[in-house]
Amino acid sequence: MIPAPAFLSNPERFMAFSRWAAPLFGVIATGLALAGLWLGFTAPEDYQQGDTVRIMFIHVPAAWMSLFVYLCLGGASLLSLVFRHVLADAAAQAAAPLGAAFTFLALVTGALWGRPMWGAWWVWDARLTSVLVLFLFYLAYIALRGAMDDEAKSARAAAILALVGLVNLPIVHWSVNWWNTLHQGASVFRAQGPTMAAVYLWPLLLMALAYMGAFGALWLVRIRAELWRRRAEAAAMRAARG
Amino acid sequence: MLDLDPAPYAAYVWPAYAATALVFVAMIGLSLAHARRWRARAGEVRKDAPRDTT
Repeated sequence: MIPAPAFLSNPERFMAFSRWAAPLFGVIATGLALAGLWLGFTAPEDYQQGDTVRIMFIHVPAAWMSLFVYLCLGGASLLSLVFRHVLADAAAQAAAPLGAAFTFLALVTGALWGRPMWGAWWVWDARLTSVLVLFLFYLAYIALRGAMDDEAKSARAAAILALVGLVNLPIVHWSVNWWNTLHQGASVFRAQGPTMAAVYLWPLLLMALAYMGAFGALWLVRIRAELWRRRAEAAAMRAARG
Repeated sequence: MLDLDPAPYAAYVWPAYAATALVFVAMIGLSLAHARRWRARAGEVRKDAPRDTT
């Protein structure tokens, strides 16, 4: 039996797999999002946060995805640098805009929660600042991919940048422990278990799975597009050479 | 019971959901448009170059 990564490392097999997997992930994500939204809007108001607790159901999954997608970007970039595999490079390139979008959402929805709860749209605390740095890494990666005429060179430079940016992930995650921040500490992924009441935890987890499913579907669609683009450009190049 | 009245925080809750919906619509729309465009282009190039078997 062929292990999953080796199976998917063949572009033809990847195209066959992603053809049915992408819509399936999309359907699963839609179902999970509908269930999460229903539970989120039937949950009672929080005694401290009031109705702003409902922002948590879209803010926290976006923040988790901003880290997870960067991990995928970094992993794919490493594989691309080490093995020079076309699919790994396409995966890295396809992940970056999605990661930037999730990080943007985490920042915007966080500001919309922070204004009524903290009295400020933005504070330069360690968590918020490190997430902003993460967003800038995504933008820099996207900019670098398009900055050079030689696609191989820009891919290599962007992959190195992505690997450098991995250093920021533990900083984002543990910033609330390492520094005194206005942003609250971890309330779900804790050694002692979640501190959040089940009535809020369930919609949050369902929405997180929905975001994950949506990312899975869109990532596959974008990798497929990237492979088609490369095929089209390679064929056009061959045709131009005669 | 469905609670769709987040007063007095409606000015923060609904924009947060609206921004999320907009970003998701943009992500889905752009990804599908990108895929459609390059699938069509790859198909055209393949037709023009019958020797290409990739």
